[in-house]
Amino acid sequence: MSAAAAPSPRTSSAGPVLSVRGLKVGYRTTRGPLWAVDGIDLEVAPGESVGLVGESGCGKSSLGRGLVQLLPPGAGVRGSVRLADEELVGTSSGSLRRRRGEDIALVFQEPMTRLDPLMKVSTHFVQTIRAHRPDVSKDEARHLARAALAQMGIPPTRVDDYPHEFSGGMRQRIMIALAIVLQPQLIVADEPTTALDVIVESQILDILDRLRRDERVGLVLITHNLGIVAETCDRVAVMYAGRIVEIGPVEHIFSDPKHPYTQGLLASTISLETTELHTIDGYPPDLVSPPTGCRFAPRCPAVMDHCTRVDPTLTTVGPLQEAACLLYPGADGAAVTP
Amino acid sequence: MTGSRPASAPWSDAGSNGPLLEVRDLHTHFPVRTGLFRRGGDLAVRAVDGVSFEVRAGEVFGLVGESGSGKTTLGRSILKLVQPTSGSILYRGRDLVPLSERDMRPLRRELALIFQDPNASLNPAMTVGQGVGHPLRIHGLASSRAEARDQVVAMLQRVGLEPAEAFLDKYPEDVSGGQKQRVVIARALITHPRFVVADEPVAALDMSVRARVLELMLELQRDLELTYLFITHDLATARFLCDRIGILYLGNFVEWGETDRLFDDPQHPYTRALLDAIPLPDPSRRDRDKQLPRGEIPDALAPPLGCRFHPRCPAAFAPCGWEGRDLIEALESRWTEVDEDTFERELGLVGQLGDAEVTATEVRFPSASGVELARWLRHEADQLPSAVATAITDVEVGAHGVTVRFGPGPEPALQVVAGRPVACHLHGVTVRPDGDHVGDPTAAPRGP
Repeated sequence: MSAAAAPSPRTSSAGPVLSVRGLKVGYRTTRGPLWAVDGIDLEVAPGESVGLVGESGCGKSSLGRGLVQLLPPGAGVRGSVRLADEELVGTSSGSLRRRRGEDIALVFQEPMTRLDPLMKVSTHFVQTIRAHRPDVSKDEARHLARAALAQMGIPPTRVDDYPHEFSGGMRQRIMIALAIVLQPQLIVADEPTTALDVIVESQILDILDRLRRDERVGLVLITHNLGIVAETCDRVAVMYAGRIVEIGPVEHIFSDPKHPYTQGLLASTISLETTELHTIDGYPPDLVSPPTGCRFAPRCPAVMDHCTRVDPTLTTVGPLQEAACLLYPGADGAAVTP
Repeated sequence: MTGSRPASAPWSDAGSNGPLLEVRDLHTHFPVRTGLFRRGGDLAVRAVDGVSFEVRAGEVFGLVGESGSGKTTLGRSILKLVQPTSGSILYRGRDLVPLSERDMRPLRRELALIFQDPNASLNPAMTVGQGVGHPLRIHGLASSRAEARDQVVAMLQRVGLEPAEAFLDKYPEDVSGGQKQRVVIARALITHPRFVVADEPVAALDMSVRARVLELMLELQRDLELTYLFITHDLATARFLCDRIGILYLGNFVEWGETDRLFDDPQHPYTRALLDAIPLPDPSRRDRDKQLPRGEIPDALAPPLGCRFHPRCPAAFAPCGWEGRDLIEALESRWTEVDEDTFERELGLVGQLGDAEVTATEVRFPSASGVELARWLRHEADQLPSAVATAITDVEVGAHGVTVRFGPGPEPALQVVAGRPVACHLHGVTVRPDGDHVGDPTAAPRGP
């Protein structure tokens, strides 16, 4: 993982590859609707890598699935997800299926469940490519497959093997190769390395890093591991109870986190330098009836009287850094006088 | 809520206390059937393959390794939940290996296991009270129902499940992940064990909950004078928690010793690779130099000869155990990096890899263009992505192709480096007496 010298994607002149406005993703429960994602704005530039972090149940996986409109039946989506200026929310399923793969790709945690055990690896590629580009010949498709696999470190001599003949790390490489063979503009990776050992994890993260730097692919990386975000992302969005509570460049957020939840998450991360354990008291709230005011208030060590009444919005707290916390002026929605 | 790592407990002084547990040359092999009707002869997965170490009373000893390293099997073998194939496990001076399950029974209350997955280790049909109290019934440790209940309540309180009475009648599905792991800990400790094997006890938990459970485990260790064998793949947690650590790779220790010294000055390239690979929560250090090994932990059914880590090792050299299959692998790996014309040309020279005859000490390519292939192997094999070419001693062109031969590569023995046992030829070539060697190990060249 190298090359901080690459031009910062944030200064890129091209418009964002992904633009999300007021996104909500909800599920029906017996106790009423549950908005797992509750009003999110997010932009990703070409070649930019944005990390989504938070505890289990904070809505990061629902957000990831909302971005690609791949949700269980009955789930509700509101707001807007624009992929290079084309709206995805409310698009027909046929058109969505075409865009998934061509423009936006998904990489999941467990690769084996996504590969057909009875199909040669090359066949997966030929089918995917020809489903999207019927004019591509079988030979050309095999040729594309071989190139994409080689790029991921899979030898050309093994393209006709079956999925079970590969190790876990190689299967994840195959999944990534399959995701990028049609050269999408955006990859959403949901815990892509959680099932892998630390060395293979590092290899896979290297590959994703190379893709965005060399091919200018936008990357949304969903993970519970803050170390991975610090190593591979340009920006990080911290999610809590369905919302982004802090967002900004990794170097600012890791060195100077503003939101008490971000501070708690960073402090509770166990690293090689850890000499003391820290925890965040309590648990994330029940999103069927979220607390009024700031949703983190019941767990917050810096809670103030009005925190349970006023719902904070994201406000600028540093260079390109925003936090939704009433400790900072502007978060209560009132205009800030300089 | 904070807690700091305690200094070594006073009873862990090695001078006055002997080891609580001494493992000597422990092997646990699983025979494998091949084919439908054929027995696999002596084919076996050597999950634990000659491990020796000792655990001092009151310490936390960490077993660290990737999946497939044998760490879980080693932990289970020590508790005799898996019967070892050979070797000895001296627990307070008594060898557990030859004991029958019946003879183990009275010892079981002193030896506890905490599993990784609380969902799998709790019976969903038992209430928390029944589950935690179950070991008391098995070992006859409570004379009455009321006494058992009191003990369960006390233990639930001890692990932070309060008010304990409120948990007694709950089912595992009614409590959170962190609470469930506390129930598992309570059940493991209800018999007042001395020695606890904790197998990835926090891996399934969120970061914020993880710290709380680790904190609890440290508190309990202090208060109940426990000795832990802590099994994990997470080096950061291991560093925080363990007094000493053994790094396992394919059934063997590559090195083991005091935690801080091992992390500050790793002597085995595998340890160094694991440390390099850990993602650091510090963006300012993302450009640090990393030496990542190639590939993944290989199939335990046919582990590499010589040093088991050599095919992936960034520092490997001639005597590390290079063998026929490494050359095939190196060619395949090279072909992912070269352009298609180069690939086609070299494939033409080498022929289909499946046609090559591969043994430990040689590879025969039935190539039509033998002379050209031999020239390529002699002059360009050093472009291969591993150090396999350094071990080639001979390339011979015959009537039916080209034969490549490899020099000797002994499996390294543990030797003392920086005050601890390390198994690596970089510190001088050693020969493990019962190891898997390439060629004649005594003929191996000396170290660098």
